[in-house]
Amino acid sequence: MTEETTEISLTVNGESVTHTVPVRRHLVDFLRIDLNLTGSHLACEHGVCGACTVRVNGVVARGCLMLAVQADGADVVTIEGLSRSGEVADLQMEFETRNAAQCGFCTPGMVMTSAELLAQLQSGGGVPSREVIRDHLSGNLCRCTGYQAIVDAVEATAKSRVGTGDSV
Amino acid sequence: MSPPDGNVEGLVGKPVARPNVRRLIHGQGRYTDDISVPHMLHVAFVRSPYGHARINGIDSSMAEGMSGVVRVVTGAEVAKICKPMVAIAAHRPGHKSAPQNMLAVDKACYQGEPVAAVVATSRAEAEDAVDMVMVDWEDLPAVMDMMEALAPDATPIHPELGDNLCFQHNTNTGDAAAALSAAAFTVEHEFEFSRHTAVTLEGRAILAEWDPVEERLTVHQSHQSPYQMQDIYSRHLDIPEHKVQVITPDIGGGFGLKINVHGEEVAVVAIAKMLGKPVKYTADRLESFLADCQTRDHLGSAKMGVDADGKITSMDFDNTLSVGPYTAYIRFGLAEGMMAITCAAAPYALTDYHARTRVAYVNKGIVGMFRGVGVPIGCAVTEVLVDQAAAKAEIDPVEFRRLNFHKEEDYPLTSVGGYAAKHMSLHQCLDSCVELMGYDALRVDQAKARENGVWRGVAVATFVEAAAFGPIYYGPSGARVSTQDGCTVKLEPSGVVRCLTSVTDQGQGTLTGIAQIVGDQLGIGMDKIDVIAGDSATTPYGGGAWASRGMAMGGEAALQAGKALKANILDLAASILQTSADTLTLGGGEIRDASTGEARMDLEELAKVGYFRQDTLPAGVQPELMVTRHHVPNTPYYVANGVQGAHVEVDIETGFIKLLGWWAADDCGRVVNPLMVDEQIRGGIIQGIGNTLYEHSQYDENGQLLNASLADYLLPMASEMPDIRIAHVETPIGATELGANGIGEAGTIGAVAALWCAVNDALRPLCAQVTKQPFTPEHILDVIAAARR
Repeated sequence: MTEETTEISLTVNGESVTHTVPVRRHLVDFLRIDLNLTGSHLACEHGVCGACTVRVNGVVARGCLMLAVQADGADVVTIEGLSRSGEVADLQMEFETRNAAQCGFCTPGMVMTSAELLAQLQSGGGVPSREVIRDHLSGNLCRCTGYQAIVDAVEATAKSRVGTGDSV
Repeated sequence: MSPPDGNVEGLVGKPVARPNVRRLIHGQGRYTDDISVPHMLHVAFVRSPYGHARINGIDSSMAEGMSGVVRVVTGAEVAKICKPMVAIAAHRPGHKSAPQNMLAVDKACYQGEPVAAVVATSRAEAEDAVDMVMVDWEDLPAVMDMMEALAPDATPIHPELGDNLCFQHNTNTGDAAAALSAAAFTVEHEFEFSRHTAVTLEGRAILAEWDPVEERLTVHQSHQSPYQMQDIYSRHLDIPEHKVQVITPDIGGGFGLKINVHGEEVAVVAIAKMLGKPVKYTADRLESFLADCQTRDHLGSAKMGVDADGKITSMDFDNTLSVGPYTAYIRFGLAEGMMAITCAAAPYALTDYHARTRVAYVNKGIVGMFRGVGVPIGCAVTEVLVDQAAAKAEIDPVEFRRLNFHKEEDYPLTSVGGYAAKHMSLHQCLDSCVELMGYDALRVDQAKARENGVWRGVAVATFVEAAAFGPIYYGPSGARVSTQDGCTVKLEPSGVVRCLTSVTDQGQGTLTGIAQIVGDQLGIGMDKIDVIAGDSATTPYGGGAWASRGMAMGGEAALQAGKALKANILDLAASILQTSADTLTLGGGEIRDASTGEARMDLEELAKVGYFRQDTLPAGVQPELMVTRHHVPNTPYYVANGVQGAHVEVDIETGFIKLLGWWAADDCGRVVNPLMVDEQIRGGIIQGIGNTLYEHSQYDENGQLLNASLADYLLPMASEMPDIRIAHVETPIGATELGANGIGEAGTIGAVAALWCAVNDALRPLCAQVTKQPFTPEHILDVIAAARR
């Protein structure tokens, strides 16, 4: 049996990419194996844990539940691209100073998901309550921190972006 | 409290952020599966679909003809070049365990046990071929129930052992039977602590490279102890130890799981040696559920006797647990039982105690090390009984604890279970926790809520933590477990300092703490220090990360190394400056006059002389700008303790439990970095809550694991978890100069007890009490219904 492959073209972190991939390969395996973008992690490969979270056409998605071929023509942003863009530099600094990451395996997914909530802020929402933040992050599993420091980091970033200062 | 001697920069005690966390937050971590090397092959395992089955033959011919497949390696082939694991604790008379092959050879004893490996050019191709390896299985009856396993007529899983009793132990202190019958009243309870698993987010992973020319092995592995694995690979595969290098890169969660030895990881190394090619294996989630070492699985009953003054006099604790078909290599799963009965009752001044633990072999996954190792069970059983006794004595549970804790004048002491404590700050932690949580107000709220038909529970639970186990335990066991740790500090020519430590860091912040300690000793800031860990070939030999030892052991070794380097630096500086060393000190990156503080020379200048301009030194002066020191404790363990407070609401219609608040007052000795310590406590508490509320590896009667996915095995998520407030009682331990104690397991240990007590507190007016964790809604409704009958 030979592996069935197909060619895909997409944008990854702002760069055009054309690759021949096995049709059964999911998006994160493609990012990790073919593009060496190892910041997106695999922890369940059945869409529960959120460690593989990436942005596809501006929307947060589970990279393990999507085939690479489905991303043909798409605009994909990973933690590497998001970090380089500076969009979440403030959030990442809050993560660092509050130790909102321990082993760090869930962290890229947490940052991607938090970025989505913080982006909603820019489009007119107020500072989300801790309950809203916790709800928003409840698709991302963290086994080390107990979540509180992550919620603190997102809350502090939101407050500082809307100019109400850091409450902590 | 005064800072430790040499706290020049004041780094110890500050919430310093981790210098090595930024790359993780930016997606630049380097975990084992992120590493690829040329010509690397991938392994997928053929695993037993049965809980217990004989292997009558393996036909690999179809699989070996498949695309990308390089070879299929059976258990028998691995066994030819790799000695089996035999975990027998020499210090535990009567303990028995069968030899365990890295991959099963004649029969599989739990579902998911690896029996063969497919090696292919990609993981996907290896997995394709796994399905085409034809194993001739003969299904055998599975022994699943631990009580049935121990019955006289039970079929032994390993006939050569005679029965399924792995080990049993009785502790007798005083005369518990007599004291219980003489007590003014007794309380008793039954307990079930269900089997669960660690769920590190990163699965176990290993990349093994064999150089057939130099006959040298290099392993990258997601493991807590590179030294332990160097030892294992060397001895089991007959490779000279100096030709084995184990590197532990970024680790995606350990929690004790990754201190265990898993046979398939050793098999990957054997396969790399066999093929002379680099081989990688990463456990996927299904494999993690099936084949990761699991934990807990205790059944028990306990009884406590109290006198007419409300003083606890006695306790009896009968504990049984199942550890799978083998004793976990190399640290013995029976520790779950021993720690449970040793730590039970530890905070209390009772005199008469009997406990028994029996450890059974069953056809489930192997029970290994996991955060807390049996201590959560001992603490929870005790605290539940203490609350019941307080209720029966009609004394507030806080007062009842004050009445029954050991008194200051009792120390040092050995508890009735054999827990040796030089000191415990039980009263201080209880006072601190009660204040932090606003205990009295919570009781008022509880009474008001009950009038409105809302069932809230308030609890305080005391816990102990045996941290940083020393050679007194593991030495006589015969297990090659290093209980000492070391640190090398090296002044580089630029005046910065590199530390190499034998403790490893899976996110706890240990390496940051070590930098803080060394920085203070040498008078330099965090920006002038780099810490290197996780390489068995280059760092001092030691234990890695286990038993909450990072700061207590590695921190002390770092302090002593820093101190010794400081003395060497000052000696050299005295030669250069033509003064005596005792007139000099270090601070702000400079060598300074000790009395005036005036800067005399910076460290870069000193290092320049030490490394490049020795010609300017007086004859005979030998600069020694790299120093190593080790630390080994002279006690069985260091004793940490604390109290947690919990506030919960139980919906008696649905059985759901809502967590309203959580508090911890913890004494881990000197707090080197409060940010890291607090996050260890928080993360530990949430794990303990998960263990108690949600987590359960459920097997059916045939040995099939029923919930081997994250959709079916529940874990704490952000939305259900409470914010946690923390207070510290800081009693530096006297055994080391640093005074730091363990912290890694405290949160988990205390949270289990606190949740049992809080839920029972909510249900007490209904005469219902939980008996089984996890506390599923079904269990809550069952105990309420039973109480109403």
